[in-house]
Amino acid sequence: MLTQPGSNAPPKDMPGEPAVLALHEVTKTFPGVKALSEVSLSLYPGKVTALIGENGAGKSTVVKILTGIYQPNGGNILVDGKPTPFPVPQAAANNGVTAIHQETVLFDELSVAENIFLGHAPHNALGLIDLKTMTEKARALLESIGANIDPDHKLKDLGIANKHLVAIARALSIDARVVIMDEPTAALSHKEIEELYDLVESLKAQGKAILFISHKFDEIFRIADNYTVFRDGQLIGDGAIADVSEADLVKMMVGRDVSQIFPERTPNVGDAVLSVQGYAHPTEFDDISFTLRKGEILGFYGLVGAGRSEFMQSLFGITRPSAGAVEIDGTPVEIKSPADAVNNGIVYVPEDRGKQGAVLDLPIFQNITLPSLGRISNNGFLRLAEEFKLAREYAERLDLRAASLDTHVGNLSGGNQQKVVIAKWLATHPKVIILDEPTKGVDIGSKAAVHDFMAELAAQGLAIVMVSSEIPEVLGMSDRVIVMREGRIVAELADHELEPETLVRHAAGI
Amino acid sequence: MLKRLITSREALLIGAIVLLLVLISTRFPGFVRPANLANVFNDTSPLILLAIGQMIVILTKCIDLSVAANLALTGMVVSMVNVAAPGLPMAVILAVAIGLGALLGMFNGILVWKLQIPPIVVTLGTMTIFRGTIFLLSDGKWVNSHEMSPAFKALPRTDFLSLPVLSWMAIIAVILFTIVMTRTTLGRAFYAAGGNPHAATYAGINVGKTQFWAFTISGALAGLTGYLWVSRFAVAYVDIAGGFELDVVAACVIGGVSIMGGIGTVAGALLGALFLGIIKNALPVVDISPFWQLAISGGAIIIAVALNAQANREKGRIILKRAEHAT
Repeated sequence: MLTQPGSNAPPKDMPGEPAVLALHEVTKTFPGVKALSEVSLSLYPGKVTALIGENGAGKSTVVKILTGIYQPNGGNILVDGKPTPFPVPQAAANNGVTAIHQETVLFDELSVAENIFLGHAPHNALGLIDLKTMTEKARALLESIGANIDPDHKLKDLGIANKHLVAIARALSIDARVVIMDEPTAALSHKEIEELYDLVESLKAQGKAILFISHKFDEIFRIADNYTVFRDGQLIGDGAIADVSEADLVKMMVGRDVSQIFPERTPNVGDAVLSVQGYAHPTEFDDISFTLRKGEILGFYGLVGAGRSEFMQSLFGITRPSAGAVEIDGTPVEIKSPADAVNNGIVYVPEDRGKQGAVLDLPIFQNITLPSLGRISNNGFLRLAEEFKLAREYAERLDLRAASLDTHVGNLSGGNQQKVVIAKWLATHPKVIILDEPTKGVDIGSKAAVHDFMAELAAQGLAIVMVSSEIPEVLGMSDRVIVMREGRIVAELADHELEPETLVRHAAGI
Repeated sequence: MLKRLITSREALLIGAIVLLLVLISTRFPGFVRPANLANVFNDTSPLILLAIGQMIVILTKCIDLSVAANLALTGMVVSMVNVAAPGLPMAVILAVAIGLGALLGMFNGILVWKLQIPPIVVTLGTMTIFRGTIFLLSDGKWVNSHEMSPAFKALPRTDFLSLPVLSWMAIIAVILFTIVMTRTTLGRAFYAAGGNPHAATYAGINVGKTQFWAFTISGALAGLTGYLWVSRFAVAYVDIAGGFELDVVAACVIGGVSIMGGIGTVAGALLGALFLGIIKNALPVVDISPFWQLAISGGAIIIAVALNAQANREKGRIILKRAEHAT
């Protein structure tokens, strides 16, 4: 049942009708990264196929290829068994492929009916949009999927669940044969999820082929007929869901050897540096408490949307918590702004360094010293010689490769930009450093360098919080792991308890 | 240091200005005599002062359309103060002009910072409010030359080291703000807040407050220019410097200030203002019709924007590559 990567012909043992849409040995590469490697995937009319994989397994890339946003570098898209390229998104739509995204891509300011029929609205004799027919058709479509929505309402007045229903109605209005649902339940309540399941059943009954992307095993077993598991851009296994157990799927998702590629370290854990008690936020997270010690690397694992980054931003003073207390070295501190956090020795290296990390139009040295300006100035006047010295010291410490410290950060490679951001924070002499997805989008060589450097910092006594969605990284780097799910801590695992299956079980709630 | 002050874009602009002067001198050699060039500089000084303030505002991803109205209101107020109390020392008049201008700028800044209203809307609103206030204060009447005290009118024209005080004000502002922008934490905050507001926030910079200070500086310079303007032309009325805010924004854009924020220098604003100033002064003397003057100014703006867009597009391509990389 487990197919080996590389030998993945399209599954032959699938029962019933031929695939309406399939990928055949599709490869997609980005500069320096192979996102998909000869993967195959088949969708059958009236069947729900679950696409399962860790973050970064290549699920999103598949969705983008199936909807014509990305072009594969090798392999074919097969529509009814015939190779059919999707050079533009419109081509995918013309072949009856439609996707309902995690965040709905609809127009808030337009009416429900306009959203459903945008681009293919019915016209009257004068060539103008026939509003009445459009509204009636929209009403009929919405009723057919059991949605009680007024087609004249503006989309922005609807809740997220009803927006999904509008997206589904839109999919039906263009006579979709294949519906791709990318984590459709991520933002829904329990009741809304039940309604979505009913809808998926009715789409199945209408003979639509459904690709269902989800992290949640309970819903996969509830509604999927077939499964396909990806790992690191490769097809690991596929088949009928009735033939597998949860444990089998988890094993396929994460099973790999992770021990060699991470630096060997003997944790030398000292006194508590940071203690967080009962941090809460009205909508994002609740009751977050933990202690972090000197020289320790504490991993935060969870699925995307588990509230990890939101909590970290609150701890760093970007957003205000509704409750909670922080102690640094046993002294209570109040963090009302990022400046307070930096002054108390907490720094945050955000996930998206382009957006949140570096000022691309400023030179390297000005980026490195940006949070430390208070220390290198007198009454607001910068001591430029000292600024250069500080920047050079940390650029050298991180082995930053650039022609000169005057180079604008926008001209550096991804790995070097990451180094600038880390150098910037180290230059503030922090006690606690929060690294949010430290190696996301970084090439393999730089990844190892970042990991080595983290180990070195921990050895020097810095306390590190590492938010990561990559299981190997969490397992390979952390001394201890906190698992978050739906805004709460659900498990705290010591080094010897760390198993990939355990992490996934806690994170997915199974 | 010199290399950092004059980046390639500024060198390009200096080249363009030299070329322009050469072209003009072929038709009217007298234009490039030092004395005439000093006159052109003096004439462009108000534009330079305002362009420096505007450059800082644009740097923080904002825009200040109220500068010309601020100038007119402050000019009217100091004229009326002068009429009411002719004996007041000029230092007080200058302090009132700068202080009132700064206050009007702070009003813009507060609305942008605390109420988070888009700057273009805020300053479009205050532009109208300021003009309306002048009308209310003056009843639509002019303050004329004979009502102003001799000292009030004389200051901008007073020669010091063979340049008028008006020119010296621009020179001092260029030097002062070059120092502010390159050597102070506030200057660095302007660049960071506009270049990447997220990163600036994470680095502990209060972006809204930084924008507030940018508007305050722009307002203070507009206030100072308000006094210089009414005293130089010896008249104050509702519509002085009407539409001048567009020249100010144009000077910034020509000077390489990115309308997206984060890129710009005092030297750029100075050169952009000089470029426009030379065109405005030279075209009449070389006998080109007013229509062509406007067309040439407009053409210069579009070329400058096109050059900026070109530079930005290249940057976009790199970002996209990285975004794909991260997938």
